[in-house]
Amino acid sequence: MISGGLNIHHLYFLLMGAGWTVCLSLIAFVGGGIGGGLVALCRISPLRWLRWLAIGYIQLIQGTPLLVVLFVCYFGISILGFSLPGIVAAGLAMVVYVSAYLGEIWRGCIESVAKTQWEAAECLALSRTQRMRLVILPQAVRIATPPTVGFMVQIVKNTSLASIVGFVELVRAGQLINNSIFQPFVVYVLIACIYFAMCYPLSAWSRKLERRMQFGALKETT
Amino acid sequence: MNAVVELKDVHKSFGSNAVLKGVSFAIPKGQVTAIIGRSGSGKSTALRCINRLEVIDSGTIQVCGHAIHSPDIDLRRLRMDVGIVFQSYNLFPHLTVEENVTLAPVAVKKKSASEARQIAERVLRQVGLADKARAYPEQLSGGQQQRVAIARSLAMEPQVMLFDEVTSALDPQLTGEVLRVIEALAEGGMTMVLVTHEMEFAARVADTLIFMHQGKVWETGPGTMLRDPQTPELREFLAHGL
Repeated sequence: MISGGLNIHHLYFLLMGAGWTVCLSLIAFVGGGIGGGLVALCRISPLRWLRWLAIGYIQLIQGTPLLVVLFVCYFGISILGFSLPGIVAAGLAMVVYVSAYLGEIWRGCIESVAKTQWEAAECLALSRTQRMRLVILPQAVRIATPPTVGFMVQIVKNTSLASIVGFVELVRAGQLINNSIFQPFVVYVLIACIYFAMCYPLSAWSRKLERRMQFGALKETT
Repeated sequence: MNAVVELKDVHKSFGSNAVLKGVSFAIPKGQVTAIIGRSGSGKSTALRCINRLEVIDSGTIQVCGHAIHSPDIDLRRLRMDVGIVFQSYNLFPHLTVEENVTLAPVAVKKKSASEARQIAERVLRQVGLADKARAYPEQLSGGQQQRVAIARSLAMEPQVMLFDEVTSALDPQLTGEVLRVIEALAEGGMTMVLVTHEMEFAARVADTLIFMHQGKVWETGPGTMLRDPQTPELREFLAHGL
Protein backbone atom coordinates (compact mmCIF):
# COMPACT_ATOMS: atom_id res chain seq x y z
CA MET A 1 0.00 0.00 0.00
CA ILE A 2 1.40 3.30 -1.06
CA SER A 3 -1.26 5.51 0.33
CA GLY A 4 -1.94 6.17 3.97
CA GLY A 5 -4.90 4.55 5.71
CA LEU A 6 -8.20 5.95 6.86
CA ASN A 7 -7.72 9.07 8.94
CA ILE A 8 -9.82 11.50 10.92
CA HIS A 9 -10.38 13.76 7.90
CA HIS A 10 -11.87 10.87 6.00
CA LEU A 11 -14.22 10.17 8.88
CA TYR A 12 -15.22 13.80 8.99
CA PHE A 13 -15.88 13.71 5.23
CA LEU A 14 -18.04 10.59 5.66
CA LEU A 15 -20.06 12.26 8.41
CA MET A 16 -20.61 15.27 6.16
CA GLY A 17 -21.90 12.84 3.54
CA ALA A 18 -24.15 11.25 6.15
CA GLY A 19 -25.46 14.73 6.93
CA TRP A 20 -26.42 15.18 3.28
CA THR A 21 -28.07 11.76 3.30
CA VAL A 22 -30.21 12.90 6.22
CA CYS A 23 -30.90 16.15 4.41
CA LEU A 24 -32.01 14.40 1.23
CA SER A 25 -34.11 11.97 3.27
CA LEU A 26 -35.88 14.88 4.95
CA ILE A 27 -36.57 16.56 1.62
CA ALA A 28 -37.89 13.26 0.29
CA PHE A 29 -40.04 12.68 3.33
CA VAL A 30 -41.52 16.15 3.68
CA GLY A 31 -42.02 16.70 -0.06
CA GLY A 32 -43.14 13.13 -0.62
CA GLY A 33 -45.44 13.36 2.40
CA ILE A 34 -47.23 16.38 0.97
CA GLY A 35 -47.30 14.80 -2.50
CA GLY A 36 -48.40 11.44 -1.08
CA GLY A 37 -51.24 13.09 0.84
CA LEU A 38 -52.48 14.69 -2.36
CA VAL A 39 -52.11 11.44 -4.30
CA ALA A 40 -54.04 9.53 -1.62
CA LEU A 41 -56.86 12.07 -1.65
CA CYS A 42 -57.01 12.03 -5.46
CA ARG A 43 -56.98 8.24 -5.39
CA ILE A 44 -60.26 8.15 -3.38
CA SER A 45 -61.83 11.22 -4.97
CA PRO A 46 -65.45 10.94 -6.17
CA LEU A 47 -64.22 12.35 -9.50
CA ARG A 48 -63.39 9.45 -11.77
CA TRP A 49 -60.79 11.26 -13.90
CA LEU A 50 -58.88 12.37 -10.79
CA ARG A 51 -58.88 8.80 -9.46
CA TRP A 52 -57.55 7.50 -12.76
CA LEU A 53 -54.90 10.18 -12.87
CA ALA A 54 -53.68 9.14 -9.41
CA ILE A 55 -53.78 5.43 -10.30
CA GLY A 56 -51.81 6.14 -13.48
CA TYR A 57 -49.19 8.08 -11.56
CA ILE A 58 -48.82 5.40 -8.89
CA GLN A 59 -48.57 2.59 -11.47
CA LEU A 60 -46.05 4.51 -13.55
CA ILE A 61 -43.72 5.27 -10.63
CA GLN A 62 -44.10 1.89 -8.94
CA GLY A 63 -43.32 0.24 -12.28
CA THR A 64 -40.13 2.23 -12.80
CA PRO A 65 -36.80 1.78 -11.01
CA LEU A 66 -35.94 4.75 -8.80
CA LEU A 67 -32.62 4.93 -10.61
CA VAL A 68 -34.42 5.63 -13.88
CA VAL A 69 -36.62 8.27 -12.25
CA LEU A 70 -33.42 9.84 -10.98
CA PHE A 71 -31.83 9.87 -14.44
CA VAL A 72 -34.97 11.31 -15.99
CA CYS A 73 -34.95 14.13 -13.45
CA TYR A 74 -31.22 14.77 -13.76
CA PHE A 75 -30.69 14.49 -17.53
CA GLY A 76 -34.25 15.13 -18.69
CA ILE A 77 -34.46 18.51 -17.07
CA SER A 78 -31.00 19.55 -18.22
CA ILE A 79 -32.11 18.82 -21.79
CA LEU A 80 -34.84 21.39 -21.24
CA GLY A 81 -32.07 23.88 -20.68
CA PHE A 82 -31.94 23.97 -16.89
CA SER A 83 -28.78 22.79 -15.26
CA LEU A 84 -29.80 21.36 -11.93
CA PRO A 85 -27.44 20.84 -9.02
CA GLY A 86 -27.33 17.23 -7.85
CA ILE A 87 -29.36 17.83 -4.71
CA VAL A 88 -32.25 19.41 -6.60
CA ALA A 89 -32.45 16.62 -9.17
CA ALA A 90 -32.07 13.95 -6.49
CA GLY A 91 -34.59 15.69 -4.23
CA LEU A 92 -37.08 15.96 -7.06
CA ALA A 93 -36.69 12.30 -8.00
CA MET A 94 -37.11 11.20 -4.38
CA VAL A 95 -40.23 13.35 -3.93
CA VAL A 96 -41.75 11.88 -7.09
CA TYR A 97 -40.93 8.36 -5.91
CA VAL A 98 -42.03 8.79 -2.28
CA SER A 99 -45.31 10.51 -3.31
CA ALA A 100 -46.39 7.46 -5.28
CA TYR A 101 -45.58 4.95 -2.54
CA LEU A 102 -46.88 6.97 0.41
CA GLY A 103 -49.97 7.85 -1.63
CA GLU A 104 -50.75 4.19 -2.05
CA ILE A 105 -49.94 3.28 1.57
CA TRP A 106 -52.11 6.09 2.89
CA ARG A 107 -54.97 5.31 0.53
CA GLY A 108 -55.06 1.83 2.04
CA CYS A 109 -55.08 3.30 5.54
CA ILE A 110 -57.92 5.70 4.74
CA GLU A 111 -59.94 2.90 3.19
CA SER A 112 -59.32 0.59 6.14
CA VAL A 113 -61.31 2.90 8.43
CA ALA A 114 -64.63 1.08 8.78
CA LYS A 115 -67.35 2.00 6.27
CA THR A 116 -69.74 2.38 9.19
CA GLN A 117 -67.71 5.38 10.37
CA TRP A 118 -68.43 7.11 7.06
CA GLU A 119 -72.07 6.17 7.43
CA ALA A 120 -72.35 7.45 10.98
CA ALA A 121 -70.69 10.73 10.02
CA GLU A 122 -72.91 11.05 6.97
CA CYS A 123 -76.02 10.52 9.08
CA LEU A 124 -74.96 13.40 11.33
CA ALA A 125 -75.20 15.67 8.27
CA LEU A 126 -71.44 16.26 8.02
CA SER A 127 -70.26 17.29 4.55
CA ARG A 128 -67.83 15.05 2.69
CA THR A 129 -64.89 17.27 3.60
CA GLN A 130 -65.93 17.35 7.24
CA ARG A 131 -66.34 13.57 7.34
CA MET A 132 -62.86 13.21 5.95
CA ARG A 133 -61.21 15.82 8.15
CA LEU A 134 -63.00 15.19 11.46
CA VAL A 135 -63.76 11.48 11.42
CA ILE A 136 -61.78 9.48 8.86
CA LEU A 137 -58.34 11.13 8.69
CA PRO A 138 -57.68 11.19 12.45
CA GLN A 139 -58.32 7.44 12.54
CA ALA A 140 -56.39 6.80 9.34
CA VAL A 141 -53.34 8.63 10.70
CA ARG A 142 -53.20 6.24 13.63
CA ILE A 143 -53.37 3.26 11.31
CA ALA A 144 -50.82 4.79 8.94
CA THR A 145 -48.09 5.59 11.44
CA PRO A 146 -46.30 2.19 11.63
CA PRO A 147 -46.14 1.55 7.85
CA THR A 148 -45.11 5.16 7.24
CA VAL A 149 -42.24 5.00 9.70
CA GLY A 150 -41.27 1.66 8.16
CA PHE A 151 -41.20 3.25 4.72
CA MET A 152 -38.90 5.99 6.02
CA VAL A 153 -36.23 3.29 6.29
CA GLN A 154 -36.61 2.63 2.56
CA ILE A 155 -36.28 6.34 1.87
CA VAL A 156 -33.03 6.65 3.82
CA LYS A 157 -31.50 3.65 2.06
CA ASN A 158 -32.69 4.69 -1.39
CA THR A 159 -31.06 8.11 -1.15
CA SER A 160 -27.81 6.23 -1.84
CA LEU A 161 -28.80 6.15 -5.51
CA ALA A 162 -28.25 9.89 -5.64
CA SER A 163 -24.51 9.15 -5.62
CA ILE A 164 -24.89 8.24 -9.31
CA VAL A 165 -25.66 11.81 -10.33
CA GLY A 166 -22.71 13.10 -8.39
CA PHE A 167 -24.49 14.26 -5.26
CA VAL A 168 -22.03 13.77 -2.42
CA GLU A 169 -24.12 11.96 0.14
CA LEU A 170 -22.84 9.08 2.28
CA VAL A 171 -22.13 6.54 -0.48
CA ARG A 172 -20.59 9.09 -2.85
CA ALA A 173 -18.41 10.36 -0.02
CA GLY A 174 -17.26 6.79 0.57
CA GLN A 175 -16.48 6.29 -3.11
CA LEU A 176 -14.37 9.47 -3.14
CA ILE A 177 -12.43 8.36 -0.07
CA ASN A 178 -11.94 4.91 -1.51
CA ASN A 179 -10.58 6.41 -4.71
CA SER A 180 -7.76 7.91 -2.69
CA ILE A 181 -6.99 5.22 -0.10
CA PHE A 182 -8.07 2.01 -1.94
CA GLN A 183 -9.51 0.26 1.07
CA PRO A 184 -13.01 -0.59 -0.18
CA PHE A 185 -13.77 -3.13 2.52
CA VAL A 186 -13.02 -0.81 5.41
CA VAL A 187 -14.80 2.11 3.79
CA TYR A 188 -17.95 0.27 2.83
CA VAL A 189 -18.27 -1.56 6.14
CA LEU A 190 -18.03 1.83 7.79
CA ILE A 191 -20.74 3.17 5.48
CA ALA A 192 -22.93 0.16 6.21
CA CYS A 193 -22.54 0.83 9.93
CA ILE A 194 -23.56 4.46 9.52
CA TYR A 195 -26.64 3.51 7.46
CA PHE A 196 -27.54 0.93 10.07
CA ALA A 197 -27.19 3.50 12.84
CA MET A 198 -29.66 5.73 10.98
CA CYS A 199 -32.16 3.04 9.96
CA TYR A 200 -32.26 0.77 12.98
CA PRO A 201 -33.87 3.31 15.31
CA LEU A 202 -36.51 3.95 12.67
CA SER A 203 -37.40 0.31 12.18
CA ALA A 204 -37.35 -0.32 15.93
CA TRP A 205 -39.74 2.60 16.36
CA SER A 206 -41.97 1.23 13.60
CA ARG A 207 -42.12 -2.19 15.29
CA LYS A 208 -42.95 -0.56 18.60
CA LEU A 209 -45.78 1.43 17.02
CA GLU A 210 -47.11 -1.69 15.38
CA ARG A 211 -47.19 -3.59 18.67
CA ARG A 212 -49.05 -0.72 20.28
CA MET A 213 -51.60 -0.79 17.44
CA GLN A 214 -52.19 -4.50 17.88
CA PHE A 215 -52.70 -4.03 21.58
CA GLY A 216 -55.26 -1.33 20.85
CA ALA A 217 -57.08 -3.59 18.41
CA LEU A 218 -57.05 -6.42 20.93
CA LYS A 219 -58.53 -4.20 23.59
CA GLU A 220 -61.33 -3.11 21.29
CA THR A 221 -62.55 -6.62 20.54
CA THR A 222 -62.78 -7.77 24.13
CA MET B 1 -102.87 13.13 8.50
CA ASN B 2 -99.65 14.90 9.39
CA ALA B 3 -97.29 12.04 8.69
CA VAL B 4 -93.62 12.69 9.38
CA VAL B 5 -92.56 9.70 7.34
CA GLU B 6 -94.57 8.28 4.48
CA LEU B 7 -93.56 5.41 2.19
CA LYS B 8 -95.62 4.61 -0.88
CA ASP B 9 -95.12 1.47 -2.92
CA VAL B 10 -91.37 1.36 -2.28
CA HIS B 11 -89.33 -1.20 -4.21
CA LYS B 12 -85.69 -1.97 -3.58
CA SER B 13 -83.49 -4.75 -4.91
CA PHE B 14 -79.88 -5.66 -4.28
CA GLY B 15 -78.88 -7.14 -7.60
CA SER B 16 -81.44 -9.81 -8.39
CA ASN B 17 -82.54 -10.04 -4.77
CA ALA B 18 -85.77 -8.07 -4.29
CA VAL B 19 -85.78 -6.91 -0.67
CA LEU B 20 -88.69 -4.47 -0.64
CA LYS B 21 -91.64 -5.36 -2.84
CA GLY B 22 -94.07 -2.49 -2.61
CA VAL B 23 -93.83 -1.24 0.96
CA SER B 24 -96.22 1.48 2.10
CA PHE B 25 -96.71 2.89 5.57
CA ALA B 26 -97.02 6.25 7.28
CA ILE B 27 -95.70 7.38 10.63
CA PRO B 28 -97.61 10.18 12.37
CA LYS B 29 -95.87 12.88 14.34
CA GLY B 30 -95.11 12.09 17.95
CA GLN B 31 -95.78 8.39 17.56
CA VAL B 32 -93.60 5.36 18.02
CA THR B 33 -93.68 2.72 15.32
CA ALA B 34 -91.94 -0.60 15.66
CA ILE B 35 -91.12 -2.74 12.64
CA ILE B 36 -90.83 -6.43 13.43
CA GLY B 37 -90.20 -9.47 11.31
CA ARG B 38 -87.73 -12.20 10.50
CA SER B 39 -84.17 -11.54 9.42
CA GLY B 40 -84.30 -10.86 5.71
CA SER B 41 -87.85 -9.57 5.76
CA GLY B 42 -86.61 -6.15 4.64
CA LYS B 43 -87.22 -4.25 7.86
CA SER B 44 -83.70 -2.84 8.24
CA THR B 45 -83.57 -1.96 4.55
CA ALA B 46 -86.88 -0.10 4.85
CA LEU B 47 -85.43 1.89 7.74
CA ARG B 48 -82.21 2.69 5.87
CA CYS B 49 -84.24 3.88 2.90
CA ILE B 50 -85.92 6.46 5.12
CA ASN B 51 -82.72 8.47 5.53
CA ARG B 52 -81.43 7.47 2.12
CA LEU B 53 -78.57 5.26 3.23
CA GLU B 54 -80.11 3.05 0.56
CA VAL B 55 -81.49 4.54 -2.64
CA ILE B 56 -84.86 3.09 -3.64
CA ASP B 57 -85.64 1.72 -7.10
CA SER B 58 -89.22 2.97 -7.33
CA GLY B 59 -92.00 4.40 -5.22
CA THR B 60 -91.92 7.55 -3.09
CA ILE B 61 -90.76 8.41 0.40
CA GLN B 62 -91.58 11.69 2.10
CA VAL B 63 -89.72 12.51 5.31
CA CYS B 64 -90.35 15.83 7.09
CA GLY B 65 -91.16 17.47 3.77
CA HIS B 66 -88.15 16.02 1.96
CA ALA B 67 -88.86 13.89 -1.10
CA ILE B 68 -86.26 11.17 -0.54
CA HIS B 69 -86.81 9.56 -3.94
CA SER B 70 -86.01 12.77 -5.79
CA PRO B 71 -82.48 12.78 -7.26
CA ASP B 72 -81.78 16.41 -6.31
CA ILE B 73 -82.59 16.02 -2.63
CA ASP B 74 -80.47 18.01 -0.17
CA LEU B 75 -79.05 15.12 1.83
CA ARG B 76 -77.53 17.29 4.54
CA ARG B 77 -80.84 19.00 5.31
CA LEU B 78 -82.53 15.61 5.39
CA ARG B 79 -79.97 14.22 7.82
CA MET B 80 -80.42 17.22 10.10
CA ASP B 81 -84.07 16.23 10.45
CA VAL B 82 -83.57 12.48 10.72
CA GLY B 83 -81.39 10.87 13.38
CA ILE B 84 -80.34 7.23 13.25
CA VAL B 85 -78.84 4.87 15.80
CA PHE B 86 -77.11 1.72 14.55
CA GLN B 87 -76.80 -1.80 15.88
CA SER B 88 -73.02 -1.44 16.17
CA TYR B 89 -73.12 2.06 17.81
CA ASN B 90 -70.53 3.45 15.36
CA LEU B 91 -69.17 5.96 17.82
CA PHE B 92 -66.02 7.78 16.74
CA PRO B 93 -63.28 5.93 18.64
CA HIS B 94 -60.75 8.78 18.51
CA LEU B 95 -63.06 11.24 20.25
CA THR B 96 -64.29 11.43 23.83
CA VAL B 97 -67.95 10.95 24.61
CA GLU B 98 -68.46 14.70 24.78
CA GLU B 99 -66.59 15.28 21.51
CA ASN B 100 -68.67 12.59 19.83
CA VAL B 101 -71.78 14.46 20.86
CA THR B 102 -70.61 18.00 20.07
CA LEU B 103 -68.97 17.18 16.73
CA ALA B 104 -72.03 17.61 14.52
CA PRO B 105 -73.64 20.55 16.36
CA VAL B 106 -70.38 22.49 15.98
CA ALA B 107 -69.51 21.37 12.42
CA VAL B 108 -72.99 21.38 10.92
CA LYS B 109 -75.12 23.73 13.00
CA LYS B 110 -72.23 26.12 13.70
CA LYS B 111 -72.87 26.16 17.43
CA SER B 112 -70.19 27.75 19.57
CA ALA B 113 -68.07 25.44 21.73
CA SER B 114 -69.84 26.49 24.92
CA GLU B 115 -73.30 26.12 23.39
CA ALA B 116 -72.36 22.68 22.13
CA ARG B 117 -71.05 21.70 25.53
CA GLN B 118 -74.36 22.69 27.11
CA ILE B 119 -76.21 20.58 24.54
CA ALA B 120 -73.89 17.66 25.29
CA GLU B 121 -74.47 18.00 28.99
CA ARG B 122 -78.23 18.00 28.49
CA VAL B 123 -78.41 15.01 26.14
CA LEU B 124 -75.88 13.00 28.15
CA ARG B 125 -77.94 13.61 31.27
CA GLN B 126 -80.96 12.45 29.29
CA VAL B 127 -79.29 9.09 28.64
CA GLY B 128 -77.84 8.92 32.14
CA LEU B 129 -74.17 9.34 31.22
CA ALA B 130 -73.36 12.89 32.29
CA ASP B 131 -70.42 11.56 34.31
CA LYS B 132 -68.81 9.87 31.28
CA ALA B 133 -68.27 12.99 29.16
CA ARG B 134 -64.48 12.67 29.28
CA ALA B 135 -64.31 8.92 28.67
CA TYR B 136 -63.41 7.34 25.34
CA PRO B 137 -65.88 4.93 23.72
CA GLU B 138 -63.62 1.89 24.27
CA GLN B 139 -63.72 2.53 28.01
CA LEU B 140 -67.51 2.09 28.09
CA SER B 141 -69.73 -0.97 28.08
CA GLY B 142 -71.80 -1.76 25.00
CA GLY B 143 -74.94 -0.43 26.63
CA GLN B 144 -73.22 2.81 27.58
CA GLN B 145 -71.80 3.19 24.07
CA GLN B 146 -75.25 2.74 22.59
CA ARG B 147 -76.65 5.38 24.94
CA VAL B 148 -73.90 7.77 23.83
CA ALA B 149 -74.89 7.04 20.23
CA ILE B 150 -78.46 7.98 21.09
CA ALA B 151 -77.25 11.16 22.79
CA ARG B 152 -75.10 12.01 19.76
CA SER B 153 -78.17 11.74 17.56
CA LEU B 154 -80.34 13.72 19.98
CA ALA B 155 -77.84 16.57 20.03
CA MET B 156 -78.85 17.40 16.45
CA GLU B 157 -82.48 17.78 17.61
CA PRO B 158 -83.93 15.62 14.85
CA GLN B 159 -87.64 15.55 14.04
CA VAL B 160 -87.65 11.80 13.79
CA MET B 161 -85.30 9.13 15.10
CA LEU B 162 -84.62 5.77 13.54
CA PHE B 163 -83.35 2.84 15.61
CA ASP B 164 -81.85 -0.05 13.68
CA GLU B 165 -81.82 -3.11 15.95
CA VAL B 166 -80.04 -1.07 18.57
CA THR B 167 -80.03 -3.78 21.23
CA SER B 168 -79.12 -6.77 19.05
CA ALA B 169 -75.42 -6.55 19.91
CA LEU B 170 -76.06 -6.28 23.65
CA ASP B 171 -76.53 -8.91 26.31
CA PRO B 172 -79.89 -8.86 28.13
CA GLN B 173 -78.56 -6.96 31.12
CA LEU B 174 -77.34 -4.07 28.96
CA THR B 175 -80.37 -4.19 26.70
CA GLY B 176 -82.56 -2.97 29.56
CA GLU B 177 -80.68 0.27 30.10
CA VAL B 178 -80.89 1.17 26.40
CA LEU B 179 -84.58 0.31 26.17
CA ARG B 180 -85.33 2.50 29.19
CA VAL B 181 -83.72 5.47 27.40
CA ILE B 182 -85.82 4.82 24.30
CA GLU B 183 -88.93 4.51 26.40
CA ALA B 184 -88.23 7.85 28.08
CA LEU B 185 -87.83 9.42 24.64
CA ALA B 186 -91.17 7.97 23.60
CA GLU B 187 -92.81 9.51 26.65
CA GLY B 188 -91.22 12.82 25.67
CA GLY B 189 -93.13 12.72 22.42
CA MET B 190 -90.25 11.98 20.02
CA THR B 191 -91.31 10.51 16.68
CA MET B 192 -89.50 7.22 16.38
CA VAL B 193 -89.21 4.20 14.14
CA LEU B 194 -87.69 1.12 15.73
CA VAL B 195 -86.57 -2.00 13.99
CA THR B 196 -86.36 -4.47 16.81
CA HIS B 197 -86.38 -8.06 17.96
CA GLU B 198 -87.61 -7.09 21.44
CA MET B 199 -91.26 -8.12 21.02
CA GLU B 200 -92.42 -7.39 24.52
CA PHE B 201 -90.78 -3.97 24.46
CA ALA B 202 -92.22 -3.18 21.02
CA ALA B 203 -95.72 -4.13 22.13
CA ARG B 204 -95.46 -1.95 25.23
CA VAL B 205 -93.83 1.18 23.81
CA ALA B 206 -94.98 1.35 20.20
CA ASP B 207 -98.23 3.00 19.17
CA THR B 208 -98.16 0.97 15.98
CA LEU B 209 -96.53 -2.31 15.08
CA ILE B 210 -95.65 -3.19 11.52
CA PHE B 211 -94.99 -6.85 10.79
CA MET B 212 -92.94 -7.25 7.63
CA HIS B 213 -92.70 -10.50 5.75
CA GLN B 214 -90.97 -11.24 2.45
CA GLY B 215 -90.44 -7.61 1.60
CA LYS B 216 -94.00 -6.52 2.28
CA VAL B 217 -95.99 -5.00 5.10
CA TRP B 218 -97.91 -8.08 6.19
CA GLU B 219 -99.84 -6.87 9.17
CA THR B 220 -100.23 -3.54 10.96
CA GLY B 221 -101.86 -2.81 14.28
CA PRO B 222 -101.50 -1.61 17.85
CA GLY B 223 -99.34 -3.43 20.41
CA THR B 224 -102.18 -5.79 21.21
CA MET B 225 -101.95 -7.29 17.72
CA LEU B 226 -99.27 -9.63 19.01
CA ARG B 227 -101.84 -11.29 21.25
CA ASP B 228 -104.25 -11.72 18.39
CA PRO B 229 -102.37 -12.24 15.12
CA GLN B 230 -104.56 -12.12 12.02
CA THR B 231 -102.22 -13.84 9.58
CA PRO B 232 -100.70 -17.31 9.86
CA GLU B 233 -97.26 -15.80 9.11
CA LEU B 234 -97.34 -13.50 12.13
CA ARG B 235 -98.68 -16.33 14.29
CA GLU B 236 -95.83 -18.54 13.18
CA PHE B 237 -93.28 -15.76 13.66
CA LEU B 238 -94.48 -15.17 17.21
CA ALA B 239 -94.54 -18.87 18.00
CA HIS B 240 -91.05 -19.60 16.73
CA GLY B 241 -89.46 -16.38 17.83
CA LEU B 242 -86.83 -14.97 15.58
